[in-house]
Amino acid sequence: MSTLEIKNLHVSVDTEDGAKEILRGVDLTINSGEIHAIMGPNGSGKSTLAYSIAGHPKYDVTDGEVLLDGQNVLELSVDERARAGLFLAMQYPVEVPGVSVANFLRTAKTAIDGEAPKLRTWVKDVNAALERVTLDPAFAQRSVNEGFSGGEKKRHEIAQLELLNPKFAVLDETDSGLDIDALKVVSDGVNRYSGQGDRGVLLITHYTRILRYIEPDFVHVFVAGRLAETGGRELADELEASGYDKYVKAAAV
Amino acid sequence: MAGAAADAVENLPVLDHVESHLHPEPSYDVAAHPVPTGLEEIWRFTPLKRLRGLLEGAPSDAHLAWEQQLPEGVTLTEISTEEAQALAVSAPLDRLGALAAANAGGAVLLDVPADLVVDEPIRLTLRGTASSDTVWGHVVIRVGLHAKATVLVDHVGSAAYDAFTQVVVSDGAQLDLVTVNDWDDDAVHAEQVNIRVGRDATVRAFEFTLGGDLVRTSTNVDYAGPGGSADLLGVYFADAGQHIEHRLFADHTAPRTRSNVLYKGALQGQDAHTVWIGNVLIRKVAEAIETFEQNDNLVLTDGARADSVPNLEIETGDIAGAGHASTTGRFDDQHLFYLQSRGVPEDEARRLVVHGFFNDIIRRIGIPDVQERLVTAVEHELADV
Ligand SMILES: Nc1ncnc2c1ncn2[C@@H]1O[C@H](COP(=O)(O)OP(=O)(O)O)[C@@H](O)[C@H]1O
Ligand SMILES: [Mg+2]
Repeated sequence: MSTLEIKNLHVSVDTEDGAKEILRGVDLTINSGEIHAIMGPNGSGKSTLAYSIAGHPKYDVTDGEVLLDGQNVLELSVDERARAGLFLAMQYPVEVPGVSVANFLRTAKTAIDGEAPKLRTWVKDVNAALERVTLDPAFAQRSVNEGFSGGEKKRHEIAQLELLNPKFAVLDETDSGLDIDALKVVSDGVNRYSGQGDRGVLLITHYTRILRYIEPDFVHVFVAGRLAETGGRELADELEASGYDKYVKAAAV
Repeated sequence: MAGAAADAVENLPVLDHVESHLHPEPSYDVAAHPVPTGLEEIWRFTPLKRLRGLLEGAPSDAHLAWEQQLPEGVTLTEISTEEAQALAVSAPLDRLGALAAANAGGAVLLDVPADLVVDEPIRLTLRGTASSDTVWGHVVIRVGLHAKATVLVDHVGSAAYDAFTQVVVSDGAQLDLVTVNDWDDDAVHAEQVNIRVGRDATVRAFEFTLGGDLVRTSTNVDYAGPGGSADLLGVYFADAGQHIEHRLFADHTAPRTRSNVLYKGALQGQDAHTVWIGNVLIRKVAEAIETFEQNDNLVLTDGARADSVPNLEIETGDIAGAGHASTTGRFDDQHLFYLQSRGVPEDEARRLVVHGFFNDIIRRIGIPDVQERLVTAVEHELADV
């Protein structure tokens, strides 16, 4: 049983006009076994939340804490956070020329586990993980994300999720830009991961569509840098019907 | 060696010299190449003072120590300067090239006879035995008609070494020439490698420069007939104070020829300086040729400087494809973030990114132990940050 607690998180970015506050006090607790969906309009700060948890250097945490089983991960480097059990599936996965997927995955797995995976089973595991997200095993020989289509990049993120099997996964708009088949493939992967029972998911999305395939325990509305409302599945249905307007207007007051 | 020229590629038809400050008129006559002031286009990047007097051309009998592994059928012999000149490639394009040919007092000919296909690499190790030595070198590599070979030229040790190297790739022949410049820190190395690509011949010239205080090489390719193909591929890694200069010239002297230049460099440390000059000339006769040249530099620390100058001169309207690209940048933080977000520690992430950067070229070398050695060398350089 693990817990990821986000407490009063304030985050700024540097702009030409000085620091701009984007997260304005986020409070959220995720227990293992739970799926939390965060829904919000573009520009509300969802990716900022995801990147801040992962430790992207662009984001400056000015207040608050992110505790993983009581340890403040904000004091850890990006790779230390990953080794502590956090994983971020990125909205825009990065291309790394010249580094093969196979080499990348093996290096990551070795770093996370603290020992190299067994060679014989590992190759099978990688191929199986790629096949589960309908990526040809030949992708293992390609450079990380280079020349992948948008959907292939997202499926590659899910393959990594399953191979690295972290305690908590933050999925930043993994559903965006996917056709319905790819959406199902990605949802199946998230459900397999979550179905282990002792893993936590923070599913960031702009659309309710993916919630037809992934059953959230909690739905949060995220507007203007903080949570505006928390509910269950019915909140997603309400957002589907009436959109974010009500919350955006309330936040602007 | 009277018949040395017998199956050399045919001489080029006489071509008009194309007036350009980028590539002077070729000549074996040292007097035709004035002592540079350092302001000339072809000299402006080179710290002439650090050439340790090579430009003065003082005679010297010193040699590099040669070791060789010659597969069956391949010969290594000494020939006279005149015999070497008869094996047609472009004459020297600058004073250092002309001085090397004039002062070496004869050449060493590596000969792969016609139709011989050698699978194992031909290995030449050229070792500088004293940094105080001035050494003039003249090397000829000839690959006969339809022959196929891989030649490794490995420069190690220390000297002030100036060489003129002629590479004759006969019609239908295939050559991989892999040059490793793995000198000690105090070596000075100037070299002009003039390659003539025969009809339907293929050459891939790899160049890896790791060591030396100053390395300035010019690799010049022209074509004896249509259908020739040249890949000029390089990797360099400059540390504090090192000057590494690679000058490439693809002179498209025949139709339907191909040139592809790709050089990648990393720099770290105060006053690490690299220069890459990529000249391409597409002559009137050179219809339907294809050329692409690219240079990418990865600047790892402050205080290092990479100069990168592509030039494309086009005299015909009928080209299949021509282009160039040049990038110079720092580590991409996004690359590091992505790898680190998967648990990979920062130093290892950096190593992966640098390997990835060079891997594109290193993986193409057909000699596994050289591949490994270069990967290890890059590893070693990175550990020194
Ligand atoms: N480097 C930056 N400079 C200025 N504004 C930024 C920068 N990065 C993000 N922002 C702003 O922060 C806000 C939140 O962005 P983001 O977290 O990407 O939102 P979301 O993921 O919800 O669409 C947006 O208004 C965006 O324009
Ligand atoms: Mg976003």
